[in-house]
Amino acid sequence: SLRPHGLEGMGVLLYAAKSTGLGVQSPLCSFGQILLCGPHPCDLLSPRRVDVLVMTPWFAPIIWDGTFDSAILDAQFRDTTIGLTVFAIKKYVVFLRLFLETAEKYFMVGHKVTYYVFTDRPADVPQIALRAGRQVVVLHVGSYRRWQDISMHRMEMISNFSRQRFLHEVDYLVCLDVDMKFSDHVGVEILAPLFGTLHPGFYAADRQSFTYERRPLSRAYIPRDEGDFYYAGGFFGGSVPEVYRLTTACHQAMTADQAQGIEAVWHDESHLNRYLLSHKPSKVLSPEYLWDERMLQRPPLLRKLRYVAVPKNHGEIRNR
Amino acid sequence: MPPPAMHCPRLALGLGFCLLLGIALCSLWVYVENWLLVSYIPYYLPCPEIFNMKLQYKEEPSQPVAQSQYPQPKLLEQKPTELLTLTPWLAPIVSEGTFNAELLHHIYQPLNLTIGLTAFAVGNRYTHFVQHFLESAERFFMQGYRVHYYIFTHDPQAIPRVPLGPGRHLSVIPVPGPSQWEEASMRRMEAISVHIATRAHREVDYLFCLDVDMAFRNPWGPETLGDLVAAIHPGYFTVPRHQFPYERRPVSTAFVADGEGDFYYGGAVFGGRVARVYEFTRGCHMGILADKANGIMAAWQEESHLNRRFLSHKPSKVLSPEYLWDDRKPQPPSLKLIRFSTLNKDTAWLRS
Repeated sequence: SLRPHGLEGMGVLLYAAKSTGLGVQSPLCSFGQILLCGPHPCDLLSPRRVDVLVMTPWFAPIIWDGTFDSAILDAQFRDTTIGLTVFAIKKYVVFLRLFLETAEKYFMVGHKVTYYVFTDRPADVPQIALRAGRQVVVLHVGSYRRWQDISMHRMEMISNFSRQRFLHEVDYLVCLDVDMKFSDHVGVEILAPLFGTLHPGFYAADRQSFTYERRPLSRAYIPRDEGDFYYAGGFFGGSVPEVYRLTTACHQAMTADQAQGIEAVWHDESHLNRYLLSHKPSKVLSPEYLWDERMLQRPPLLRKLRYVAVPKNHGEIRNR
Repeated sequence: MPPPAMHCPRLALGLGFCLLLGIALCSLWVYVENWLLVSYIPYYLPCPEIFNMKLQYKEEPSQPVAQSQYPQPKLLEQKPTELLTLTPWLAPIVSEGTFNAELLHHIYQPLNLTIGLTAFAVGNRYTHFVQHFLESAERFFMQGYRVHYYIFTHDPQAIPRVPLGPGRHLSVIPVPGPSQWEEASMRRMEAISVHIATRAHREVDYLFCLDVDMAFRNPWGPETLGDLVAAIHPGYFTVPRHQFPYERRPVSTAFVADGEGDFYYGGAVFGGRVARVYEFTRGCHMGILADKANGIMAAWQEESHLNRRFLSHKPSKVLSPEYLWDDRKPQPPSLKLIRFSTLNKDTAWLRS
């Protein structure tokens, strides 16, 4: 019911200007609202995916196709800059072209992206045509003799550069393996303070058969009756402060292990799993976000394959 | 030499006219200011520093969880989950079975949080509800955490002394008495935002704003904590959105067009981090003021404005109707554990 007040006209003048500034929507904004509502109404009684778990017991969403609306999320992450770290050491530079070209097609399209390419061979970094708002930053780093050391020292390098550089340049960091390519949309649905990805080989396994480090001497040790998921070392990330904390902790743990003369069974991946057990991720990415078609049969529950392994000859590519 | 005024009589006249006009406008403005029936918070509150910070999602560092035994999460669900557990913008929808209470306790306990709870007992009918509300809160609300109840009332004497557990406090906040019920419910957003800015930001980390004519039936714990939390209204979760009782008149700031809407949220429960609740209630209040100035009151008063705001500023966590239930409705099997609901018929005598 309308309640009579004086000064209706004056009121419109006084508050119309202020209202939009505060985000109170005037009717004129309703056209813009269409983007914010999404095509599918929210129906509490109709879960979108009934074949998989979409939320962990600590409320972290598990990202599967069909659970999220990109239009709403893109609007929420409108002013976000995403940093992507990738290591192309020694012969691994050959993977960069396909990696970057497919990233241009599928990774965070429409948002500002900075690719941080860590390499010992800056001259071999290919020139890729980039969309607007995206840039490649080549970081010249040293290499190690053993591929295990190269893999593990990624943690140290990300930690150092996070503090020195990434903190001031990007909002989120996504830390990826380079011997992969993007094959479908990977967007802001993955962004969270801290996220990990389900390893494609273990998403259906019991925690006892996860390949955690099982020797108590190691800092990465996880007992047989503990563990949520087996996370993959090739796809993790979060806000810069959180990734800094994670990589620093993992690097310190690996250094401590080295002093004890022990190396975790899956190197940085073991330490990542130890960290994510005690520091629960705020989002978990389904195996859609990391898959290997040659090693695994694709099950029906994977509606999309977004980031997949590129065939490589291990003997040839490592240690050269 | 003749003085300049005589030399340019038109200039003098023009200046004099401008002066008179200026004085007239000033007096008109002062007159109008005094005549405004709306009392509104000055646009720039003396806000504490935290509100001047760029309110990005400044997350607290994730604390390590103490080891606790719990079953492994089952990724491949064989039984279909009955309720939606994630909104399309990936906010959790909280219901029994979606969370592990012990695990959450291990995560939140070490943070030494204080949770605030506001309730408005304005009007003689409402002061009667306070006793039962507080007693049930003592039993079920945030057990094991520090809690601060803020009871807003026009009649502090009418607020009963309810024994409180350790680490739990109560403050009575006097507010002016209402002339009508609608008027009272429209001032809640203002009262909460002023209260946060002047006091609650220093005392609590999270704040929930609940209706007082309700009671807790089962545990309400840290599963409800989030940056900005809304609850689904029990009357509309089975209904398509074009039937939601949104405000449908475009002239109102609470207007929601046909074809828009996520859920219909209940005005009786909302909350979150205290800074977010401040922004939220202030935004709603500004919308209410704009409507007041335009001589319109939204269809469901504050609830309409709350729904409008939650549409553009989506909640980071949504509570299922377990957290806001109407006891007059038959409980559907999909809702396993009713935690907060209207007073049922047995206690209707309290209302008279």
